[in-house]
Amino acid sequence: MANCPSLIYLDSKRMKNDFDNSEQMQAQINEAIASKHALVIRGGRSKDFLGRKVGCTHLNTSAHRGVTKYEPGELILTARSGTPLQEIKSLLAEQGQMLAFEPPSFGAKATLGGTIACGLSGPRRPYAGSARDFVLGTKIINGKGEILKFGGEVMKNVAGYDVSRLMTGAYGTLGLLLEISLKIMPSPEQEATLVFDYSAEQAIKYVNQLASQPLPLSAACHFNNKLYLRLSGLTVSVNAACQELGGEVLSDAESFWEKFREQQLEQFQTDKSFWRISVPPTTAPLPLSGNTIIDWGGGLRWLASDEAPQTVRNTAQKAGGHATLFKNHDGFGEVFQPLEPAIKQLHINLKRAFDPHDILNPGRMYLDI
Amino acid sequence: MSQQTAIPEDQQQNKQREKRRQVVADLAPLLPKECLLHTDEALAPYECDGLSLYQSTPLAIALPYTVEQAQQVVRYCHQRQIPIVPRGAGTGLSGGALPHEEGILLSLARLNAILNIDPQARTCRVQPGVRNLAISEAVRPFGLYYAPDPSSQIACSIGGNIAENAGGVHCLKYGLTVHNVLEVTILNAEGELVTLGSEALDSAGYDLLALIIGSEGLLGIVVEIVVKLLPTPQQAKVLLAAFHTVEEAGDAVGQIIAAGIIPGGIEMMDKLSIEATENFVHAGYPLDAAAILLCELDGIDTEINETTGRVNEVLLKAGAYQIRVSENDQQRELFWAGRKAAFPAVGRISPDYYCMDGTIPRKQLASVLNQISERAAHHQLRVANVFHAGDGNLHPLILFDANQPDDLDRAHQLGNDILELCIAAGGTITGEHGVGIEKLGGMCSQFNDLELTQYHAIKAAFDEHGILNPGKAVPTLHRCAEFGHMHVHNGELPFPDLPRF
Repeated sequence: MANCPSLIYLDSKRMKNDFDNSEQMQAQINEAIASKHALVIRGGRSKDFLGRKVGCTHLNTSAHRGVTKYEPGELILTARSGTPLQEIKSLLAEQGQMLAFEPPSFGAKATLGGTIACGLSGPRRPYAGSARDFVLGTKIINGKGEILKFGGEVMKNVAGYDVSRLMTGAYGTLGLLLEISLKIMPSPEQEATLVFDYSAEQAIKYVNQLASQPLPLSAACHFNNKLYLRLSGLTVSVNAACQELGGEVLSDAESFWEKFREQQLEQFQTDKSFWRISVPPTTAPLPLSGNTIIDWGGGLRWLASDEAPQTVRNTAQKAGGHATLFKNHDGFGEVFQPLEPAIKQLHINLKRAFDPHDILNPGRMYLDI
Repeated sequence: MSQQTAIPEDQQQNKQREKRRQVVADLAPLLPKECLLHTDEALAPYECDGLSLYQSTPLAIALPYTVEQAQQVVRYCHQRQIPIVPRGAGTGLSGGALPHEEGILLSLARLNAILNIDPQARTCRVQPGVRNLAISEAVRPFGLYYAPDPSSQIACSIGGNIAENAGGVHCLKYGLTVHNVLEVTILNAEGELVTLGSEALDSAGYDLLALIIGSEGLLGIVVEIVVKLLPTPQQAKVLLAAFHTVEEAGDAVGQIIAAGIIPGGIEMMDKLSIEATENFVHAGYPLDAAAILLCELDGIDTEINETTGRVNEVLLKAGAYQIRVSENDQQRELFWAGRKAAFPAVGRISPDYYCMDGTIPRKQLASVLNQISERAAHHQLRVANVFHAGDGNLHPLILFDANQPDDLDRAHQLGNDILELCIAAGGTITGEHGVGIEKLGGMCSQFNDLELTQYHAIKAAFDEHGILNPGKAVPTLHRCAEFGHMHVHNGELPFPDLPRF
């Protein structure tokens, strides 16, 4: 009875592609340790462009797939890392639920493992939380070929260090993700997007003012002198907020936010260096040339620019943030903001603690981890 | 320890006194006189934290006024490889701030300044000794508050909240400490200041902020924090629903969530807790109920009206035989008063109680509660249950009398049984109180040797010589081997002492 509701959602048709490939992957890691060959972890290859270029021996996770547990009433889902993100999104949508961090896919073949390894969160992030906020537990293989389990399938768990959240955004350099347990949220009953004619400066100010009020904000972005505000929640709350705020209602809002999240809008198309700059949300427009798209209610600035990398990084750092060379780079230079010496030492120490033989994606984030 | 190698007790005491003299002489130039405690009378109040079952006396206590003074102490301990146990308000329930006999207790209580409030960015920069509730009070004029609200929020410090990844009543909707902190500055094991996280929404590199939160003072000593603030909800209402069975109450929670509603807080109390609290605070709880649910809904006015109606409907369908809705803030607070007074109320009906903190998948609730009653009967003890029902965090309160010869031992055994039940149900030994010294045995059950070894490697990555809060949070493999052995063979775990190294 109450103990097996997951079966309702995971029928045999849906599970036909499910496969536990952990043994083979463990064997491949052990082989790599023996032969001293680093591995490049790959899922659906949708995010090959992210991070630095590394090695050529691949460990493919895409066969290791399947949702192993989904309990809508418990707000919990566990899936193998190679499970396509799209499959998970559809499964949740059928039950009126969603991944509240609204991860971008950057390609139809994106997997859950890649999504969590890259720690990417979409426009809902400042109001709902980030990828790591929703990670409850992981099963991993570390660089010693050991299968380890951390966290769990419950909302509150403070037994042991929070390794699962450490894995989020570590780009596979500390462990190969095998399984990930996530907190799931109900989808909003109603959404509406309002458009305002504001300059970047006005938009940043206005959005931060709104965020201090009990309003059902769920996204705020700005480009071409237009601010787009998304409201999500109960119909009554969204309607009340729309009335209060005014602005013009955007008609094809769902498709707009999808294209925005996936960077498919025209404004994202560029041959110039494309930067992801994370700053405190109240930061005024950055003094950098090029075209800026503001996301995360001011907390994220996407910049297409010819500025020297050092200039971009210094500007980000001065504002209290950091810059990532997101797209349009050769993959051999620095991609992520260089770390302060003490922080860097901790990274090196942690890399050694999880992957002493430098087998897992070495160099994908920084040259020496 | 064999007879030949045993050191006579008075000789040991002399040695300890000599060590104390040395440490005090060394620390004296680094701190104002009143910041260094070392006499027996001065040390006594610090022998334990909120878990008084474990007590120990440190060599000395440092209570610095400034980060620089704290830094001097850590640097000194680093040079001499002396253990440091950090302590906040000392309200922790797992013995995380239990002093180390060979070490210094470093109290951060005097670092208690609110350094900056930025209402526009919705952030507040504080020192670790600031009380949890003091943050919300300070930012209230801006219509903001700090969401995590452990029940000790009137006394507990934000530094301790970081160490334990403290939760509270509103976690399901608003998250734990880890979800509400942007930046933390620590003194590392060498005494250097390192800042993790930032006022931006993420940072370059590994998520060290997430790793440090809940690390129980083993990876660094928190000296400055930036917390995230949320807008205060316009209104909140509480529904009080009574059920004839625990099963119905448990299922009702799942049905509320399945209806797409995430309540601000949702708490359950069983019969014994209801009786104890009703007799204490007279909150108007129905004494004939097997379980009650308290469901708080918050948001804007129109939203509350709508969700209250929906939740009411779900509760009725789920079998609630009585539902009351708070009509004003005063009544809402009265409804909560019972729940918030649950621990002291139980303290009134029993000379002592021992609070457990397991988390289980919520659907296992009825089954786990039944098994807890069976184990309690077996050990001839009573258990009152309060439950953060939304997120599965169970607080069984074991009633006992420490003056009875073997009550404490039986309470301990029952506690271990309950933790084992939580693990078997797919849960965890601690949802929000931390492992500390208390649940080291449970860690051996929840994690295997490889996982524990990985934890030790993480510790070493931050603290090579193991001077930060040694012996807490993660048991040695040696201890687990011993625990497993004793546990299997006679089930009589003696009162555990500090682990060996």
